[in-house]
Amino acid sequence: MAERSFAREVQDLKLGEGEEFRGEGILAITKALLQSGVSYVGGYQGAPISHLMDVLADAKDVLDELGVHFENSASEAAAAATLAASVNYPIRGAVTFKAPVGINVASDAIANLASGGVTGGALIIIGEDYGEGSSIMQERSHPFAMKSQIWLLDPRPNLPTIVKMVEDGFELSEVSHTPVMLEVRIRACHVHGRFMTKDNKKPDFTLRQALENPRRDTERVVLPPASYLHEREKIEQRWPAAVKFIKERKLNEFFGPETADVGIVVQGGMYNSVMRSLQQLGLADVYGETSVPIYCLNVTYPLIDDEVAVFAANKKAILVVEEGQPEFIEQALNTILRRRDIQTKICGKDVLPMAGEYTPQVVTKGIKGFLELHEKNLLGNSPPPPDASAVLADPKIKELAKTVPPRPPSFCVGCPERPIFAAMKLIQQELGPHQIAGDIGCHLFASLPPFNIGATTMGYGLGPASSSAFNVKADKKPISVIGDGGFWHNGLSTSIANAVYNKQNQVIMVVDNFYSAATGGQDIPSSRAVNPARATNNTIVKAVKGVGARWVRHTDRTYDVGWMRDTLRKALRSKESGPKVIVASSECMLNKQRRVKPLFQKAVRDGERRVRERFGVDEDVCTGDHACIRLSGCPSLSVKHTDDPLKDDPVAAIDNNCVGCGNCGEVSEAAVLCPSFYRADVIHNPSRWDRFLSDIRRSVIDYLQRRREAGRVAFAD
Amino acid sequence: MMNIQSGTPKAPTRYTTERPICIAVMAMGGQGGGVLADWIVELAESEGWHAQSTSVPGVAQRTGATIYYVEMLPPKGGRAPILSLMPAQGEVDVVLAAELMEAGRSILRGLVTPDRTTLIASTHRVYSTAEKEKPGDATADPAVVMDAADIAAKHTIAFDMEALANKNNSHISACLFGTLAASGTLPFERESFEAIIKAGGRGIEASLKAFGAAYEAAKQPPVPAAARPVLKRPGKHFAPLPASAGHPDLDALLARIREFPAPLHAMLFAGAKRLVDFQDPAYAGEYLGRVDTLHRLDVANGGAGKSFAFTAAAAKYVAVAMAYDDVIRVADLKTRSSRYDRVLRENSVGDGQIVYTTEYMHPRLEEVAGTMPAPLGRFLEFFPALFGFAFRKGRRVRSGTIHWFLMLYALAMLKPIRRTTLRHKREMAHLEKWLAVATAQLAKNYDVAVETINARRLVKGYSDTHARGESKFDRVIGAVPALAARADGADWMRRLRDAALLDEKGIALDGALKTIATL
Repeated sequence: MAERSFAREVQDLKLGEGEEFRGEGILAITKALLQSGVSYVGGYQGAPISHLMDVLADAKDVLDELGVHFENSASEAAAAATLAASVNYPIRGAVTFKAPVGINVASDAIANLASGGVTGGALIIIGEDYGEGSSIMQERSHPFAMKSQIWLLDPRPNLPTIVKMVEDGFELSEVSHTPVMLEVRIRACHVHGRFMTKDNKKPDFTLRQALENPRRDTERVVLPPASYLHEREKIEQRWPAAVKFIKERKLNEFFGPETADVGIVVQGGMYNSVMRSLQQLGLADVYGETSVPIYCLNVTYPLIDDEVAVFAANKKAILVVEEGQPEFIEQALNTILRRRDIQTKICGKDVLPMAGEYTPQVVTKGIKGFLELHEKNLLGNSPPPPDASAVLADPKIKELAKTVPPRPPSFCVGCPERPIFAAMKLIQQELGPHQIAGDIGCHLFASLPPFNIGATTMGYGLGPASSSAFNVKADKKPISVIGDGGFWHNGLSTSIANAVYNKQNQVIMVVDNFYSAATGGQDIPSSRAVNPARATNNTIVKAVKGVGARWVRHTDRTYDVGWMRDTLRKALRSKESGPKVIVASSECMLNKQRRVKPLFQKAVRDGERRVRERFGVDEDVCTGDHACIRLSGCPSLSVKHTDDPLKDDPVAAIDNNCVGCGNCGEVSEAAVLCPSFYRADVIHNPSRWDRFLSDIRRSVIDYLQRRREAGRVAFAD
Repeated sequence: MMNIQSGTPKAPTRYTTERPICIAVMAMGGQGGGVLADWIVELAESEGWHAQSTSVPGVAQRTGATIYYVEMLPPKGGRAPILSLMPAQGEVDVVLAAELMEAGRSILRGLVTPDRTTLIASTHRVYSTAEKEKPGDATADPAVVMDAADIAAKHTIAFDMEALANKNNSHISACLFGTLAASGTLPFERESFEAIIKAGGRGIEASLKAFGAAYEAAKQPPVPAAARPVLKRPGKHFAPLPASAGHPDLDALLARIREFPAPLHAMLFAGAKRLVDFQDPAYAGEYLGRVDTLHRLDVANGGAGKSFAFTAAAAKYVAVAMAYDDVIRVADLKTRSSRYDRVLRENSVGDGQIVYTTEYMHPRLEEVAGTMPAPLGRFLEFFPALFGFAFRKGRRVRSGTIHWFLMLYALAMLKPIRRTTLRHKREMAHLEKWLAVATAQLAKNYDVAVETINARRLVKGYSDTHARGESKFDRVIGAVPALAARADGADWMRRLRDAALLDEKGIALDGALKTIATL
């Protein structure tokens, strides 16, 4: 079960002809899939497309009614391979994942799919994770389209256009027998907007029909000589078919005056930014009227040579607004124009930066620079664009830059991964620093303060594999971290079996929190929840042993910092060959609280006995050294200033968000920190026995306290 | 979809200057920034406007800083406006910051500009890891943000909305929404705002209360810069020197304090009070005696001209050093009724509920030996193998049960023998050594002597932490002789102390010491 319920959004998927959908971009795409008569959807969760997966997981009744098969694929490769169903059958299918990392993983299947081509529409929806808020390396998905000859849609970031491109994308795929990628950037995935819906469509040809009447065509299998034919087919048949369709259906859009001396070619996804910049320069209005002609590429691959030529002809210069690098479109435009001997000057990365996100300031500056070079009179009486540079240059604001602390993401309150890294920090204090490889997942937050653990991250499920080279004789062993998400994504073979087979003398820490937690808490094979639609409860320990690991230790309580540290020590000192695998399992606290909190509150309301645990700090015992914080970083463990004139530094303090996970106590015990932590067990609806015991205890304790306090000589407070 | 205009104006057209209202919400993951952005969108749509919101939550939703962005525009002849997906510098009308440093971040990003932006910020602090992990006080200075807001914003509405939300059992998003309503930046009535909350799902009553409270608070006239309540540190509480404390021993202490110059009374009283609490009036008398000796030296070395800075520092740190944290002290503090009351308060234990506390203690052999009379303690330490096994594990002390309470109570009863314990002997030896170093500098370099006293701040914590602190203290004290010879020696002493508080192991301190070695 994902961390968010989409029960309300599922209702939006049921909207019919002529109704209005209002909501998030990625959900609009989901609705568009159903309107397009899709037969199956697969994918791998990850920002910014997780919500597509999550809403479909919650939409079982809608999907059943339409006969749509939905799968949580084990990886992007599995998702892309699912599209094989569209190779021989007129079946529409879609898969989704974050990009470009997802395409990296899926590229084997995508390349094979693209080689043989498709019969039914095959759509790959990618959430391009680039710019602010991105959690991955800054690259483009664009070259994947180029290398495999698949088409890349990059719609204007408004819901009607995005939805239309999903629908047209299927058709494009079918007429050109080519898979189509639909690229949506982070903000477009999360954009709130509206569009008019159509009825959902049942597929004309079902998966069942296909399964019961199988077809095959050796020419579609990637094997010589067919594979040689495929390449020719791509260029001689599929490409022209795609170009024809894109032209005829006017997938790319032209805005503004028909003739002008300059123009702008823009990726669809960047259109709104360009329009805002033109507005800032007094060359457009908020409703899309513009003095500068715009050629908007809702299809960024392939480019339509004829359209480019028509747009460029009779212009002195055109500007390409293309985010990311290298500048594939700009290069291609140059080739197109040179081949046709059109001498229009092409600007792009000369006035815009090669690297980095195209924010409004960047685009405005670029367009202004372009116009200054090629059509200065347009800028004649434009107002000065909005600008914050005067404010930012003020010394008091510069002072602020030194004051505002960074605030990267970190482990949540009560996160079960925190004690694992606290133990790892402690063992390094004891045995010295170690070579530690990180992986993808929440556990990567350990690379930041206060833990500062993990030197590299090579990809999802590749943590232990990235320690492979260190399998040499040495006084220290490498340590690798892998999460349960990465483990099932491909870590079991690529990392664990690889380590076993190569007898790697490394310590592998499997962080098992029962979910693919960083992506929103989706279930995975080792999830402990009973999920009627999926086979869960397949333990990591069994899997690890199944591929031959012998030294395996497991805990179901990661909060036991002492055990964790001691087990790490044993693993690091073990003489046994092969990987030493520690499986550290405790439920993701974010998900656990979502599950448990309402039940707890209801039980308390119903008068049932319940104990709530919380941690506290005795501020008069705390000396304000913050050693506990350096082993925790928990958002609910903070500091507070005291009015005690004998205390200089703020003392530790625990706020009301504490969930009583136990890390504070365990850490202070294992690291021998200080006795200021206490756990408070608050008994709600105590039983009569509770009350009886408590009364006795309190009366004895009260008596003793009164006795001592009566004899105490002290200044009054 | 060709949208080609007929005719090609060579000269630029004059366009309508209509622009959307732009609102940025700065929040941390888990603060409900998304809920607030949704409310704002629903509000605009309920008024028939076009609204668009975007966000980049990603992994930032795991407690990191994140931003939500909304643009809205009234409809015009059924035409859909083209709205931006990210805020542009200089174009944001309202910034809603759910925390003070996030308000600062919005200013740094250029989202707050004096010609346009209303900055609505909660002044409460959620400290970042970078601020709270430092051994000293690395909390950012809120005044810097407020000063920056004065320059950057057209108008600022700032108060502690988190506290207001808590008071009303609601979330900060409701308070920010209420403040937005009160700010008058959106042309919608208060009722329209409230209608959006009412149409929501859970906690409507509480949200409306928080909304209303914030609305009223935001309508209060703004506090002038000089009178702002946001200060980096809340002031220290110095109790006034009472005329009499109702006990002859205590009154004797008061009389001795009065013999000192008046400006020193407050700190001396705080010190004496702590030491009476720590041990007994006689021990506090010992403290006053020590400070008196130091004060005489201070006077002899021209301290009057320095407002007796040496005595003032000693009044504080001699008290801190004498009130060291030993097992007896911890047991005493943990068994007081005032402590039980605080636990009830901090955990909001209601009527009919029962609370038990479990103390996480890990006394090592050192602590136990320290609590023994000195010879016995030394014997124990000399043969750690004999008893060490007993102290390898932490103890979870269920202090609400009778036998565990009795154990702590009994430990606290060791107070009368405290002054014979090994720990006490060591603390006193340490203290004497430190004071000797300090007093030795008085004649040579008064300011270095003061800073030698102040260096005692570095000794804190328990067990390993305490050892680390003491090692830093020793390193700083080691530099005293060299620095006393320099006119700027006291500045260097301060720098050393600040460096020592920057990191756990004293890496910055070692760096600073190396610099000194090259002077």
